[in-house]
Amino acid sequence: MNVAEMLEGKRVCVCAGSGGVGKTTTSAAIALGMAARGAKVAVVTIDPANRLADALGLEQLGNEPRRVSRERLAAGPLEVRGELWAMMLDPKRTFDELIERIAPDPGRAEEIKANRVYRELSTAVSGSQELTAIAKLYELDQENEFDVLVLDTPPSRNALEFLDAPGRLNSFLEGKALKAFIKPTGVGFRVLGRGALPLLGGLRKITGIDLITDLSVFFGLLGDMTNDFSQRAAQVEQLLRADTTAFVLVTSAAREAVDEAIWFGERLASDGLPFAGVIVNRVHHDLLGDREPRELSAALARTLTPSLAGRVADNFRDYHVLATRDDQNLSRLATQLDSRRLLLVPQLDDDVHDIEGLARIHQYLFASQAERERLIEDLVA
Amino acid sequence: MPALLDKRLVFVTGKGGVGKSTVAIALGLLAARQGLRTIVVELASQERIQGLFDAEREQFREVELEPGLFTISIDPQQAMDEYLRVKAGTLGQALGSSRLFQAFAMATPGMRELLSIGKVWELAQLDRRTRGGAPYDLVIVDAPATGHGVGLLRTPKTFADIARVGPIAHQGRTIADTIADPEFTGVVAVATPEEMPVNETLALAEELARDELPLDLVIVNALYPARFEADEIAELTAALSRTRSKLARSALRAALSEHARAATQREQRDRLGTEVDGRLVELPYVFAEHLGVAELKVLTDALERAL
Repeated sequence: MNVAEMLEGKRVCVCAGSGGVGKTTTSAAIALGMAARGAKVAVVTIDPANRLADALGLEQLGNEPRRVSRERLAAGPLEVRGELWAMMLDPKRTFDELIERIAPDPGRAEEIKANRVYRELSTAVSGSQELTAIAKLYELDQENEFDVLVLDTPPSRNALEFLDAPGRLNSFLEGKALKAFIKPTGVGFRVLGRGALPLLGGLRKITGIDLITDLSVFFGLLGDMTNDFSQRAAQVEQLLRADTTAFVLVTSAAREAVDEAIWFGERLASDGLPFAGVIVNRVHHDLLGDREPRELSAALARTLTPSLAGRVADNFRDYHVLATRDDQNLSRLATQLDSRRLLLVPQLDDDVHDIEGLARIHQYLFASQAERERLIEDLVA
Repeated sequence: MPALLDKRLVFVTGKGGVGKSTVAIALGLLAARQGLRTIVVELASQERIQGLFDAEREQFREVELEPGLFTISIDPQQAMDEYLRVKAGTLGQALGSSRLFQAFAMATPGMRELLSIGKVWELAQLDRRTRGGAPYDLVIVDAPATGHGVGLLRTPKTFADIARVGPIAHQGRTIADTIADPEFTGVVAVATPEEMPVNETLALAEELARDELPLDLVIVNALYPARFEADEIAELTAALSRTRSKLARSALRAALSEHARAATQREQRDRLGTEVDGRLVELPYVFAEHLGVAELKVLTDALERAL
């Protein structure tokens, strides 16, 4: 199995995983590989490293995918038959655009954008990155200009945030809970029914009257737009569940990251979301095999000074500890998730920050089984 | 400004995957070693720290890991129940059991963060409102990833500003004042010496400065040892082309590879060091199959030497 096979017949690839596991680089390498195979691909990322952003010609401005030029792609060894497009998501702007699109008139959109509650929730608060990333994905899917969309999910400590946060924010925007207390009428509100009174009183006592007023003004402004949020949430959900969508988990071989990948995999299964495979970055492959460390000391002694030979052996011993650790975590991962859908990328000498580096990762992601074995063999020999 | 461990509340933050929890617990071990009654707080409610110490995993209870060292995993929902119980008595209980109210509160943007940090604040009070709660000398918070981390520190002020008057505004302002007080609160940023974590740490330092919040310490975690001198690399490369032993070749490749990474790491460390002059502490990469109590002790010793 390789990425091309995982994404056979797929239009959307969502790369999910905990922070610090190389999600952005992996997303870009997947997009590059699919473009090399002739597809018109857009990768949506949120916070790429400066040098990688430069290599892809990404700029904060625009909030729309831009084509990575032939000249830039020519810097790498891959022949790209299709097109690679890339964009850096601007959550605040995406949110604003969403409001502009569904507001009944421009005046209302401006009022909402100036509202305190809106300003708060579209910027500072966790969840807005996740919600807007999905909103952008949905929009690009609707526009139907690309064969494949690759989404690099926002960085968060906990990968599950990507699935949970948009729902939380959406259910707030739908205003269902609040509607039970107050009924937005124009820009005012009236208290609903006698049953809600004590609760509203309590709510005021706990939160302060102004917060309630601000919220009701906000929902008054949203008016029927709350229905649009519900509708969109349902459509986005449909997109994420579609046969043409693939969730690819990205992880390192460290214990916590593997735990998180397993949780995420289980969650995809229980939510009925389409799981395509796992990519494990920074793997320390076993270089010792069934040989004895003593053999190494002897071989090194023949070619290096004792001091240098000793330090090379120390380094090897430390490396081997990590290889053993990775091996244990990977077998756990393989037992918990589908072992055929596990792709390993070795620990490289440097961070990836250019097209050439992406092409190097791409090799491991798109290799056939035989090619992959040869690549690993090269590492060992 | 008092030394880090002389403060009462310390937030440990950093990009995902840099070892924040590990550093938070190592700081906790050091504080406990110095005789401080210390609690390390987890906000992601994953009870990882309890797992590290093979303690029974429990949510929202203060669990003693070692003499003087406690941990708690905060769940916003339970923080709200406690807050309502203490603040609003029977009315609070009625609200707490109202599903509508629960749904509303949990969906309100920022409310989960406010409730979590409210509980952190409560833990750091000498006069605990939790029944039977003994005071702590030091509260260490394993805070969310950087981007959300500043958000968390800012949440109380945001709520105070939005609500303006009333209990939430009052509570928010009290907590915000506590966070802004450098005598009381400290912030530690953790980074691995790689491009992105260093970028985020620099951005964090700027943001904190803008909000007039302190950044006490930057910890460069998982620094590879510098095993080889630059002039030895030619020798290793020559040996690689000489030797026919497959195993020796693998070991030489691994050595060259680690040297390359170690060199990149040092560039990144220096980039960070020039910006946060004098506040940088290094922790070594721990080569271990499993990060357990013995490995944590190694890091605690390193922190003890540095602080």
